Amino acid sequence: MDFGSILSAALSSALGPQAIVFALAAIGLNIHFGYTGLLNFGQAGFMAVGAYGLAVTVVTYDQSFWLGVVVALVAPVVLALVLGVPTLRLRADYLAIATIATAEILRLVFGAVETREVFGGSNGLTGFAKTFQDLNPYSGPLDLGIIRFRPDDLWSLTVGWILVALGCLFVWLLMRSPWGRVLRSIREDEDAVRSLGKNVFAYKMQALILGGVFGGLAGLFFAVKQASVVPSDYSTNITFYAYTALLIGGAARVLGPVVGAMIFWFLMAGIGAFFSQATAGSDPLIPTWAMSDIQASLVRLILVGLGLMLLMIYRPQGIFGDRKELAIDAR
Amino acid sequence: MPADTTPTTDPLAGVANTPGVKKPDAILVGSSITRQFGGLKAVDVEHVEIQRGVITALIGPNGAGKTTLFNLLTGFDAPDTGEWSFNGQSLQKVPAYKVARRGMVRTFQLTKVLSRLTVIENMRLGATGQRGERFWSAPFRALWSGQEDSITERADELLARFKLDAKREDFAGSLSGGQRKLLEMARSLMVDPELIMLDEPMAGVNPALKQSLLGHVKSLRDEGRTVLFVEHDMDMVRDISDWVIVMAQGKIVAEGTPDQVMSDQAVIDAYLGAHHDTDITELDETELEQATEAELDQEA
Ligand SMILES: Nc1ncnc2c1ncn2[C@@H]1O[C@H](COP(=O)(O)OP(=O)(O)OP(=O)(O)O)[C@@H](O)[C@H]1O
Ligand SMILES: [Mg+2]
Repeated sequence: MDFGSILSAALSSALGPQAIVFALAAIGLNIHFGYTGLLNFGQAGFMAVGAYGLAVTVVTYDQSFWLGVVVALVAPVVLALVLGVPTLRLRADYLAIATIATAEILRLVFGAVETREVFGGSNGLTGFAKTFQDLNPYSGPLDLGIIRFRPDDLWSLTVGWILVALGCLFVWLLMRSPWGRVLRSIREDEDAVRSLGKNVFAYKMQALILGGVFGGLAGLFFAVKQASVVPSDYSTNITFYAYTALLIGGAARVLGPVVGAMIFWFLMAGIGAFFSQATAGSDPLIPTWAMSDIQASLVRLILVGLGLMLLMIYRPQGIFGDRKELAIDAR
Repeated sequence: MPADTTPTTDPLAGVANTPGVKKPDAILVGSSITRQFGGLKAVDVEHVEIQRGVITALIGPNGAGKTTLFNLLTGFDAPDTGEWSFNGQSLQKVPAYKVARRGMVRTFQLTKVLSRLTVIENMRLGATGQRGERFWSAPFRALWSGQEDSITERADELLARFKLDAKREDFAGSLSGGQRKLLEMARSLMVDPELIMLDEPMAGVNPALKQSLLGHVKSLRDEGRTVLFVEHDMDMVRDISDWVIVMAQGKIVAEGTPDQVMSDQAVIDAYLGAHHDTDITELDETELEQATEAELDQEA
């Protein structure tokens, strides 16, 4: 058992591109769910339109990378409008149903044979990230002893964490303002906010758009980082991983989604590495009759689920949350 | 803010006490407003006018349609038929938030405080025309901090007036039922309404505080605001209202000054049924109160 390599796997995931993607997606969900109380179960859809917005613009329509980036940020706005206009006047659950269904529809459309000319079918699209890779200023790898990042990863990480930091700063600025106060009030009681003369629909729409753009940014970063988009990357469990990250860190806290995403990937990668080592080799630590190496790759999901349950029982407010606030019943 | 006028002569002197009577200076006028829930006609108001600058009480037995009428007038529910106007402007199809912006603000029978916001934040939310509530100016504190300070100042004055200043930093969700009623009323005043509509403001407020609250409501009138309130507490109705409208089974069955109404046979019928021979003013008040409280408890 090599604990050094387990720790290394866990740390490089917690600091790596995966954590950035989920931090950005969870920042969006924090605006939706944590601050405004909107149930968006289709963050994967927002990520997908961000990623495909770039890829389709560059690969299919042969436009510049930077136009692709603009499209990737406009697409989630359009998606938010399409989803929000019919549902945001209705009860909260309608948005949940519409978003989860739309995310699935998008994934299926992007992967369909019929639309292969545009979206590349189940193989997706590649070859749109050259502009980004060419900008890489790093020539050598970063070696921190226990973890090591290749130059191209290092470049992604630099851009990604800067995006996360700017995103957090922006959310912090917004949420301490009267605008943020209206969102938090809508989360508590829409009708009360209405009775005070605020256009609740407009604020919910703004929140849905803003959070959706963060989702699009997550998808954009994901696409650029791996230089490809594949429809299967945008399945619904992505949304629920992002929710998990948000709840670990603590909803309605600026840094909650970021720290949550780091912890989530630390555990996912760490537990994964542990079990793959424990079941590997001719004389594994865990005997094969107890667990095969194929089963081992799934055990981490079970354990993370168990951990989430324990968290909800013993620390339902997440890492940063305020227990006192959660204890208040929303009478 | 409406002009400071203390009514010297009774503006309602000489108004007949017939249901749906015209008022000399009506701020709110409604005609043939109906709302049907399944087979039940919850509201069926032929004509109603609310006089400007006075305190009007809307009373009636449970289920008379008072809250439903409030919902219809303020845009929280849409009537099946009817038209109504505020300050001469039609409010048909006007969404609730715009009704509030025009100066007609209501509170809720089942209080709606924003639990996980502090009391002072609840108050600040009430202020209208906040620059910081616009998305593009929100991130820049310098654009709204000055306005925020003056809003906070006004909020603190109101909190002191409603004896909530000690609770300033507490979560609204930690307040008692009566305190929530007070907070909701104070918060609605942050909108600076011309007409304030209170749905059972006294429910659950202790007798000592009730007295001072009565004073507050009167002072609203003295500030030039119009007050319309629903209440089961006959003491309060008699004490502070200039005019009383009685609803039963969705209809307005009587109107008049408190004294006139309380000796009106239609009111006694509507309210008491069984106690046909008792004057409502002589009715055992504790009994009446207990009955209301029991019903409120049921509702809660
Ligand atoms: N959303 C609704 N759906 C169905 N019926 C309703 C609805 N709202 C109110 N009602 C019915 O309409 C009638 C009037 O209700 P409303 O709440 O207006 O009474 P109220 O006069 O405010 O009574 P209370 O003094 O108990 O508050 C009641 O019979 C009630 O059951
Ligand atoms: Mg009622």
